[in-house]
Amino acid sequence: MTRTRNLNGVGKYFSLIVLFIFLAIMLVPFFIVIINAFKTPVEYANNGPMALPQGFNLNGMIDFWNRVDFTTKLLNSAVISLTVAVLAVVVSLLNSYALGIGKIKGRTFFLVFFIMANFLPQEALAYPLYYFAKFFHIYDSLVAVIIIFTVIQSAFGTYLLTSMFSTFPKELIEAARMDGCNKFQILTKIITPISISTLSVLFTFFFIWTWNEFFLPLIMLISNDKQTVPIAISVLQGQHNMDATTTAASALLGILPCILFFILFQRTLTRGVTAGSIK
Amino acid sequence: MRQKIFSPKWGYTGFLLPGVILFLLIIIIPFLVNLGVSFTKWSGVQSPVWIGLDNYQKLLGDATFWASFKNNVIMIIAMTIIPTIIGLLLSTFLFDYIASKFGTAISNFFRAGFYLPQILPVAIAGVMWRWILQPDWGALNWFFNAIGLSSAAHNWLGDATTALPTVMMIMIWFQIGYPLVIFMSALQRIDPELLEAAQIDGASWLQRFYYITIHLIRPEILVVILTTTIAALKMFGQIFVLTRGGPGTATIVPSYFAYQNFFEKANVGYGSAISTVMTLIIIVLTVLFINAQSKQELA
Repeated sequence: MTRTRNLNGVGKYFSLIVLFIFLAIMLVPFFIVIINAFKTPVEYANNGPMALPQGFNLNGMIDFWNRVDFTTKLLNSAVISLTVAVLAVVVSLLNSYALGIGKIKGRTFFLVFFIMANFLPQEALAYPLYYFAKFFHIYDSLVAVIIIFTVIQSAFGTYLLTSMFSTFPKELIEAARMDGCNKFQILTKIITPISISTLSVLFTFFFIWTWNEFFLPLIMLISNDKQTVPIAISVLQGQHNMDATTTAASALLGILPCILFFILFQRTLTRGVTAGSIK
Repeated sequence: MRQKIFSPKWGYTGFLLPGVILFLLIIIIPFLVNLGVSFTKWSGVQSPVWIGLDNYQKLLGDATFWASFKNNVIMIIAMTIIPTIIGLLLSTFLFDYIASKFGTAISNFFRAGFYLPQILPVAIAGVMWRWILQPDWGALNWFFNAIGLSSAAHNWLGDATTALPTVMMIMIWFQIGYPLVIFMSALQRIDPELLEAAQIDGASWLQRFYYITIHLIRPEILVVILTTTIAALKMFGQIFVLTRGGPGTATIVPSYFAYQNFFEKANVGYGSAISTVMTLIIIVLTVLFINAQSKQELA
């Protein structure tokens, strides 16, 4: 009896150690990039990538920041992602109000249509969008990217909110109507406040997804001062004689905002991943 | 106008109007234009010339397209099948074993750790790995040299035989966190008494895992399989950053092949045909999935 318990105890910690090793392997790439972002090129050449940095050398990051004007890239990404997140939540709300609460004719058709829009490969829209944007003189502007992603993100939002609204208590809406609310007031004064937590999950998702987007911003934003963070960092690889430590520093600059978002939005995200998975 | 839209006669249709107009402009019309262009030869500058199904015919005999399609199917193994299996085993292990023996704080810590790669933009993940795998001064080859395994040092992304397996490894690393997080939240729905009862009845761990766990979280498994398969079929940024489809066509994928035709080779019609085929494949998969999902609800 005691022997089995002992064995169990050993197995218990053994499994934890195996799990730790597995996790460490997963996180090693982050660790190596971070330590080398703080090294000087000479240090890297002498001690290699695995050694800990001798000091807290920020030159690689400062150098890269100035070289690509990283402040502008951060601003571009922030403006695009924030505007898209707000607009896409509004569009999703309007769409799903008509489909989920209004139950207008052909709602199944519209729903399928919105799901498909979300799953379409972006390359099937890319060239016409590129061509139209040139035609309307909004090519290489943040506006074009904002409009496009508002629509793409709200496809998912419409789908999620419609299924949520279809179970919304009818009595509440009836009561508001009795009190003389019109449809617009019902939306702003009843539906929106009640569903605010789901809306904030959507807002977070839209913000991060838009921040991480690559294909369409790559095509649409070609000037240096219009590029987003992921585009600027990845397009510069191999250019400007990027050495090992500057490249690590650039990767770290790309990672840092995401870690910040992860910490800021962690609660919303864990709630949201669940909401997104179950229809 | 405002009066009219919100009048009872209009019902709720007015609320759908902005969405429908935006979807027409950004999704429907571009998609139809893309479809139309796929029946033409067009450099993007002069007027397109109607050539019927020629692009599709060319596609069927194009070795590069088939290479890209084959790589895409292989990517489904790296982005869907392996992460789903690892995610299932790891989530059950964390939920059943680690959480009960060491507490949920420890299991949540592991969950967050494994999820970390998922917070990165694919392009940044690509930049990280390209840096680690750089053949001359990259960390991986440096490590092999340092431990005296110089023969293991290799130009991982630059050699046609290792490029695709290397990209696959990177994608597995990137994807594991997604099924893990979804499955761990799904497991919370399972009544622990059910598993206990099965255990008392003599069901082995494998039997409980197969007949209870997998069966009960099937909706989430289906969602993970669908979303990651579609992500694999749309894969672009990773390839753009890591290999640009090379060496040769070793890691080319359809979206990158379409991109090349649109913006590098000025074969817009051909690029449109490639992207139309990929769209059809995705639509068929989605329909199959929705069918599977509704059958499951009936069962």
